[in-house]
Amino acid sequence: MTTKLFGTKVPRVEDQRFLRGQGRYVDDLLTDDPRLLHAAVLRSPHAHARITDIDVSGVLDLDGVVAVWTFDDLTGPMAEPLPLLIPHPALTHGRTQYALAKDEVNYVGEAIAFVVAVDRYVAEDAVARIRVDYEQLEPVVGIAAARAAARLVHDDVPGNVGARMEQENGDARAAIADAPHTLTLELDVERSACTPMEGRGTVARWDPDTSRLTVWSSTQTSTGVRGCVAAKLGLDLAKVDVITPDVGGGFGVKINHPWPEELLVPLAAMTLGRPVKFTEDRREHFISSAHERAQVHHVEVGFDDDGRVLGLNVEFWHDHGAYTPYGLIVPIITSTQLLGPYKPQNYRVVFESLYTNTVIVTPYRGAGRPQGCFVMERTMDAIAAYLGKDRTEVRSTNFIQPDEFPYEHGLVFQDGRPLTYDSGDYPASLAKLKELVGWDEFEDFRAEMAAQGRRVGIGLACYVEGTGVGPYEGAHVHVETSGKVKVATGLTTQGQGHQTAFAQIVADTLGVRFEDVEITTGDTRKMPYAVGTFASRAAVMSGSAIHLAALRAREKALRIAAEALEAAEDDLEIVDGVVSVKGTDASIDLGTVAVLSNPLRYAFDEASKAATQFSVGDPGKAPVAEDDEPGLEGKDFYSPERSTFANGMHAVIVETDPDTAEITILKYAVVHDCGHLINPMIVEGQIHGGVAQGVGGALYERMAYDESGQLLNASFMDFLMPYVTEVPTTIDIDHLETPSPLNPLGIKGAGEAGVIPSAAVFAAAIEDAEGFPITAMPISPSELFDLRLAHADNSFAG
Amino acid sequence: MKPAPFAFLRPATLEEALAALAGEPGAKVLAGGQSLVPLLSMRLAAPSMLIDINALPDLGHVTPDATGVRVGALARHAHVLASAEAAEVQPLLALALSHVAHPTIRNRGTTVGSLVHADAAAEMPMVLRLLEGSVDVESVRGRRTVPAGELFAGPLESTLAHDEIAVEAFFPALPAGAGVAFQEIARRHGDYALVGVAALVETDGGEVTRARLGYVSVSDVPVVVDVTDALDDPAAAALAELEPADDIHATAAYRAHLVKVLTPRVLADAVHHARQRSAQKDEKDMA
Repeated sequence: MTTKLFGTKVPRVEDQRFLRGQGRYVDDLLTDDPRLLHAAVLRSPHAHARITDIDVSGVLDLDGVVAVWTFDDLTGPMAEPLPLLIPHPALTHGRTQYALAKDEVNYVGEAIAFVVAVDRYVAEDAVARIRVDYEQLEPVVGIAAARAAARLVHDDVPGNVGARMEQENGDARAAIADAPHTLTLELDVERSACTPMEGRGTVARWDPDTSRLTVWSSTQTSTGVRGCVAAKLGLDLAKVDVITPDVGGGFGVKINHPWPEELLVPLAAMTLGRPVKFTEDRREHFISSAHERAQVHHVEVGFDDDGRVLGLNVEFWHDHGAYTPYGLIVPIITSTQLLGPYKPQNYRVVFESLYTNTVIVTPYRGAGRPQGCFVMERTMDAIAAYLGKDRTEVRSTNFIQPDEFPYEHGLVFQDGRPLTYDSGDYPASLAKLKELVGWDEFEDFRAEMAAQGRRVGIGLACYVEGTGVGPYEGAHVHVETSGKVKVATGLTTQGQGHQTAFAQIVADTLGVRFEDVEITTGDTRKMPYAVGTFASRAAVMSGSAIHLAALRAREKALRIAAEALEAAEDDLEIVDGVVSVKGTDASIDLGTVAVLSNPLRYAFDEASKAATQFSVGDPGKAPVAEDDEPGLEGKDFYSPERSTFANGMHAVIVETDPDTAEITILKYAVVHDCGHLINPMIVEGQIHGGVAQGVGGALYERMAYDESGQLLNASFMDFLMPYVTEVPTTIDIDHLETPSPLNPLGIKGAGEAGVIPSAAVFAAAIEDAEGFPITAMPISPSELFDLRLAHADNSFAG
Repeated sequence: MKPAPFAFLRPATLEEALAALAGEPGAKVLAGGQSLVPLLSMRLAAPSMLIDINALPDLGHVTPDATGVRVGALARHAHVLASAEAAEVQPLLALALSHVAHPTIRNRGTTVGSLVHADAAAEMPMVLRLLEGSVDVESVRGRRTVPAGELFAGPLESTLAHDEIAVEAFFPALPAGAGVAFQEIARRHGDYALVGVAALVETDGGEVTRARLGYVSVSDVPVVVDVTDALDDPAAAALAELEPADDIHATAAYRAHLVKVLTPRVLADAVHHARQRSAQKDEKDMA
């Protein structure tokens, strides 16, 4: 019997290629094609302005410029606004931009004109020559300005409110009114962004001989892009292929589609009859892709003497930027996932999703959960502080207990399904975390540090993450006559190690060698039905689909092999690609089974000779039986009833410098439960990356917009993504494996976990070190210094 | 993020480079390129010509002697930092250089280039000024020496004429009985400092006879403050001459606070260093 690969730390087979610089990203494609053209985009320098004239006359006579488009050059569906991808009844005033601005621009960075030239240098020279006359309008920047609504982003959206949504389970306000204790909190989270190493990018080639369009895009959904391109360019879907090459990170921003360039590049390629490439640069990524996270929250909570929450009423305001292509996903997730592992007896949540003259907001790793976690965990800490109780005790009091699953919250989740947790063991997770971080020994450590004049604090934060959101993913498993196994699944890969993790599943399920399995993702030619990679769903959705498809291939292999070996299927096993009768020498290679599965008319090699219709099968029967298909293949789809809910808890010990207010991480501990682990090394890698991104979001990164709507830090010089020197050198991780009952492998998603509790856990630890409330994140040393001054003044006044 | 068109010249001799620079008012000199190339790519600078001096001979030297350390225009930060002899002659060089950006940038960026870029947030212009060093510049009109005190005209602006190329910097040696120290606070390792402070003190018999402090990121140009007569509250004396400002990373008040925190620490470090060196010298003399 071969060793089971599922659950083992198989090294990522991708890394050899990536680490040696042999990845092939969009910008690497077609570089040897002398006909390749390059695009650059004129972007709005103003946050809010009317366009009164665009003069491109100085452009086309520039040597090397091939074409230029403005809105007036667009026709048909291309002249309509971009799609609103996820409509929602509460999104009463959804607005999307045009591929190229029509009459008005609503954020710095909005696309106005599209230039195609022989290289990107010339294209940028041309962009600089386009003259646009603007009539400047007053911009709306920040949530306060959006709420005040003294000015409107869109004239036809009153109050700048795109959506208002309310959900309630029980009667939260009445429960709070009746509660023995109540607290009110105001909690802010600022904007950040995904900032993948590779920005956006698209290449398109139109083949006039076959009337076929091929688009390569750095996307998290090739099927989504394909649908949009076909619809917008008026092409039959069958004429469009979208392929996702290696993608240098996504973290959410590449799930939004179609970007203007994702349509303009194919349009230009078709119009010009030459391949066209757009590679986004870093400044463009900052000002014309997407951001997330900015929300302001007002919390009222009522609780009893034990800290048990009796009623929770949360109102929040979500800054969604200038347009709403991705609907209300982020605030809906905040409003539902805020609850974490707790069961407030009565819960009401209301949010307004607001327009501002800033870059659009779409999900960024965590997608509204970091804000929700911040709100809930800050509330738990406030209750503990008020009652003078240990923070872990208050949490324990409010946990959903292991025997309460499935647990229904009485709310509707982002997928339109009831918010129902499938499994988890929160008390066990908390016990592990306390042990891992040394919670009970911390006061000794604090005293020891204090004796040296050092100031330390500890915090913890718990979260539950809905993962593996539907509607479905599919997989196709094909055993070739060589015995090699080719697997296709439609969702895309941005570095998660899908080749490794999915091949582990196939190797185990089908009984083949790991090395013989090749996984293709994100290629609509191989798998035209797919959704995409987001919401920590790839392992759950495609992993399950691949498992099911491999089972089908296995069933077929056993059926054919049983016939060939004249044995009962139950007596067969498949190990390392060989089917054998258990306990005997009788065996047949899977490749040979594949030969037998496909009766041929023509012989072209040794294997095919063995498969001609004259050498296989019963001459009295049809070569392919009525209910059968040729080939050793399996295809299946996985479509769960609802999401599966992973959970975790983080704790951090920080040191705050009494003099400089610098914040140093001394220890970071994670307990993580994503059900069965396919590959613990990959899961831990995801946690490490998430924690690193979370450190950025909590202590370093912010989008520094000024009041005129200019983004002041649109570069990696001033947008402080943490370096390796700012990230904890070790992250202590412990796993709990509470399987999901919703899928055959018992797995849950893990991709976003590491980032969700960061703002909450750092706020808690800094608060614990400093002794005054931390209510806004991120926090810099300069801000901590200001808070110290403010609280010192208060104490004098008091 | 592609530069606007420019002519490119890589001269083989200094004479050729100086002639080209004199003949092209829109030309810029390219050495390490760590500041200039990003400016070109973002089209914040659009010179008509780049004169790449990387092929010029005899400019890559780091030459320490008893008087100080001479650093050629093509000596990379990493080269200067790696020179144990240079660190021996003037320890402040290595102390400060280890805070200049990251190793990959130091491998390419030049110390002299950083000086004439005249960024008040950069370490080396302040160091040159604190040490009262100088820069030798050449042009078709000849060679001259510019004392550090006359090098910095304003934010990112040196007093060099357009046709001049800085060919060598001179960092004076640390005299006997003197000590130096450097500390800075940055948001991330390798970032420009929020505040950086260097100290140069001279002692006689353990007593401080002269104390000067240099500051990074709290003024438009590198500022050096003589605190010899203000040793009871050197930070207050320094703040009287500094102009801390708000930016997106820190408030002016926080920067002023850091000046107050760092100044006494750095001064004490430098005094300690001076006394240590004196003690070592005494030991050596006795031996």
